[in-house]
Amino acid sequence: MRIEQWFYSLPVRLRSVLHPNQADRELKEELRQHLEQQIKENVAKGMSPEEARYAALRTLGGITQIEQQCRDARGGNVIEDFFQDLRYGFRQLVRSPGFSALAILCLTLGIGANAAVYSWIEGILFRPYPAVAHQERLLALAGTARGESGPTPTSWPDFLDLRRNCTLCEDSFVSKITGSTLSIGDHAETAVGSIVSANYFDAIGVHPMLGHGFDPGDDVGDASHPVVVISYQLWRSRFKGDPQIIGKAQRFNNVPHTIIGVAPEGFYGTFVGWAMQFWVPASMEETFESGGYKLEDRGARWIEAYVRLKPEVSRAQAQQEISAIASRLETTYPATNRGRGFSLWALWQTPFNNAGTLLPTLEVMVAVVAFVLLIACANVGNLLLVRSFARRHEMSVRLAIGASRVRLLKQLLTEGLILAALGTTGGLLAAYWCRHALVLLLPARSGVAMYLPGEIDGRVMALSIGICLIVTLIVGIIPALQTRNLDLAGALKAESSAVVGARKKAWMRSGLVVLQVCLSFVLLVGAALLLESLQKIRTASPGFSTTSVVTTGVSLVAAGYDVPRAKTFQNELMGRVRVLPGVQSAAFARVTPLGYGSYSSTPIAVDGYHPPLEEQPTMEYNQVSPGYFATLGIPLLSGRDFTRTDDENAPPVAIVNRTMMTLYWGGQDPIGRRLQVKGSWARVVGVAADSKYESMRETARPFFYVPLRQDFVRAPALYIRTNQPLPAMLAALVREVHALDANLALYEMITLQEQVNRSTSPQLVAVTLVSILGGLALLLAGVGLYGVMSYAVAQSTRELGLRMALGASAANLLRLVISRGLRLTAGGVLFGAAAALALTRLLGKLLYNVSPHDPWVFGSALAVMAATAVSACLLPAWRAARTDPARVLRE
Amino acid sequence: MSKPSDLVQGTLDMLILKILALQPWNGWDIGQRLKQISSDVLGVSDGSLYPALHKLEHRGWIRSQWKASENNRRAKFYSLTQLGRKQLERETTNWNRVSAAISGIVKLKEA
Repeated sequence: MRIEQWFYSLPVRLRSVLHPNQADRELKEELRQHLEQQIKENVAKGMSPEEARYAALRTLGGITQIEQQCRDARGGNVIEDFFQDLRYGFRQLVRSPGFSALAILCLTLGIGANAAVYSWIEGILFRPYPAVAHQERLLALAGTARGESGPTPTSWPDFLDLRRNCTLCEDSFVSKITGSTLSIGDHAETAVGSIVSANYFDAIGVHPMLGHGFDPGDDVGDASHPVVVISYQLWRSRFKGDPQIIGKAQRFNNVPHTIIGVAPEGFYGTFVGWAMQFWVPASMEETFESGGYKLEDRGARWIEAYVRLKPEVSRAQAQQEISAIASRLETTYPATNRGRGFSLWALWQTPFNNAGTLLPTLEVMVAVVAFVLLIACANVGNLLLVRSFARRHEMSVRLAIGASRVRLLKQLLTEGLILAALGTTGGLLAAYWCRHALVLLLPARSGVAMYLPGEIDGRVMALSIGICLIVTLIVGIIPALQTRNLDLAGALKAESSAVVGARKKAWMRSGLVVLQVCLSFVLLVGAALLLESLQKIRTASPGFSTTSVVTTGVSLVAAGYDVPRAKTFQNELMGRVRVLPGVQSAAFARVTPLGYGSYSSTPIAVDGYHPPLEEQPTMEYNQVSPGYFATLGIPLLSGRDFTRTDDENAPPVAIVNRTMMTLYWGGQDPIGRRLQVKGSWARVVGVAADSKYESMRETARPFFYVPLRQDFVRAPALYIRTNQPLPAMLAALVREVHALDANLALYEMITLQEQVNRSTSPQLVAVTLVSILGGLALLLAGVGLYGVMSYAVAQSTRELGLRMALGASAANLLRLVISRGLRLTAGGVLFGAAAALALTRLLGKLLYNVSPHDPWVFGSALAVMAATAVSACLLPAWRAARTDPARVLRE
Repeated sequence: MSKPSDLVQGTLDMLILKILALQPWNGWDIGQRLKQISSDVLGVSDGSLYPALHKLEHRGWIRSQWKASENNRRAKFYSLTQLGRKQLERETTNWNRVSAAISGIVKLKEA
């Protein structure tokens, strides 16, 4: 409408909104005058007053209808109508509380599931770090290596060069997760924290609530700045909120650190999944990381970093610049950087924390909750259809006295809006209540505070409101389609009786049930596939025994052991452990397979093997003590195990795995051949079978082992093969360790099976979530089917009675109803199976050794669906079978 | 309820504007005038007159006022606004063009 037109029409519009009653009175008066005039004229023509009146009414037409048409012509009363509809809608809901409660519950579940998943996505993937400024411009920085698919850590000198030369980055900082023992009084506890660059707190815009952050020089030198910022939680729990904490000393890994700051409440660090408890500058790296002083070693890749781009800079632009920097480093430092690069990752793809592991699950969840929402909508739609059938009479009367269909549609949409708004409110409350639920699904670890919060912010709210409006449209339009075909005359007459399976009226309700069955079948198949692959991955052989092997560790570094003392201690402990009752063998190794710790890696060279030009083969390896292969149950295919004589004074030796033998020696037995590790040549003395090293999902990869004594670390993990139960083993081991040194603390002791379970926890999360929602969907579909069948039975008692009177048995009627229910189910399953065949591919990354089209999985989903359908139909069928023909025919 | 045919529906607005262009009238008078002018050919019922009046008023083409009528009773009088006058001109031009075109076609057929 043009402005000019508003000028003329606004006063009229305003008046009809502000004084609707006056406008109505005037309209009535106008029409009354018209009628009077007409009567006068008719009388003048010679009619009797009575005749004149009737004639006049006939000429004018139905007064009520004209009044309504005039009101509609005024049109502008949107607001007035809306409030009227709102009042009326609420009255309707209160009048049938059972229906309202069920509908709102369905929508709460549907919308709540969506809001919860979106809040997790927001809180874990998009805005994972509370209190950190400008997360939208934050990117994760990882290294790349030619010939390796995954991201790698970065070295400190490389990071410094990148920070100096990146013009598109506003800032970049290091945040590498680490564990520590924390001495409180006379006992030690484990804590988790970050090794960070000195600019950390400035770069993320977080200011300690007490004290201050690090000074610019704090990340320079070796162990030169023993300072620490502690988290609010640690300050409250361990230091009782001591306001005088700044300047006090606290031992971390047995090294006294000065507490210089307390981070503000609500800041949990920058690692998705765990709440950080302390931050130390990079100069203290050697105290927390194994492998020596690495700040000046370009070949030591251990850090995880982030960059914040300048405003308006895209990731692609920044990646281009960073790649250029990397190739300059490649030319300047070919020994360490050949084939090395940098890659930038969006926060939600961060490869080195739980964002990356949860991403595939959360992606699938978006689709799953959309399905659940659709199923919930179909259920509510069905409920509304039943009610709109009951309200046919009301709608017909309103149409008959002149309400337009548009007006009725508005009414129905308003009622839908009330339901959707209540459902959305409930859903948001449910999502808020569930915001920390993901943590519960992950296995607990001692000493680590898991933190995976859902975040209900403006974006999640806006999305929920969007869903609310879509739901409003769906649940408002479904009953409106029913009134479209309202036959005025027919509807005003008494209700007619239907027949079981009468097509005309039931098609929409049946269609909705078919849709529900179809969608929940897809979810069932998805849940079953995930369950199947969890089963497979947990029972798959990692290439080492998982049942009778336990692992733990002793924190020698924390206790201040130097290398000679650590060697003595390891020897003595091993001597004591081997003779413990029930212990079959024991060994040390630097890295636990499938754990979070990363293996050492080295450039390698092999006699007689010529790598493609421009490629420097690098490989990961583990440092293990004699007896490692026997303890873990990894078969030696040829050659020998390491012995105690393979020590620092003996010539270097190595054991390679089968894949490495195939790749580098063409499958020939490599015993006695040479392998270059960290620049020095080692003799191959054995070949071990392949096993899993970092993840159960990895494919066979080349790998090798060197003797612990020839590449020593002070804090290796200890493995014990035993037939003793874990608590007894732990008690015995603690006794032995304390006999050697009462001040030493043991790390958590777990079985290797637990290690496998922890490494597959993302699968567990996916299975649990999809199963819960699949169960919910099944329940909703069952309720939907039950509703349709009981309604059909209730509507057709007359027909059922007739059938019975004509000789049908109760069993016949039972079959009739159940077979109809099963027909609907079969239709849904058919569509569902087709959809599932197309969609289960999307589970891709979450599946392990299970075909997305696994016939067993489809079969069992079908069985569950059929069982649900039969049980949903039983009660209505039973009611049908109990129809009393005499009573029905009398009515 | 008799409804005007589609053709009349379109032209009813124009006729009302045309009638009001001369002087303000009340609803009854407009009805009478419509009948006179169209000699009942168009079959405009009084039933469809009032919704049309209210619609035009809401579009800002006419305005209403309660005034004393000839027999000294208060009645609702409708008059044309500036905007309505422009609208009438537009519709008249339009009408002339369309009817000229149509009669052209009709003549063509006869020829």
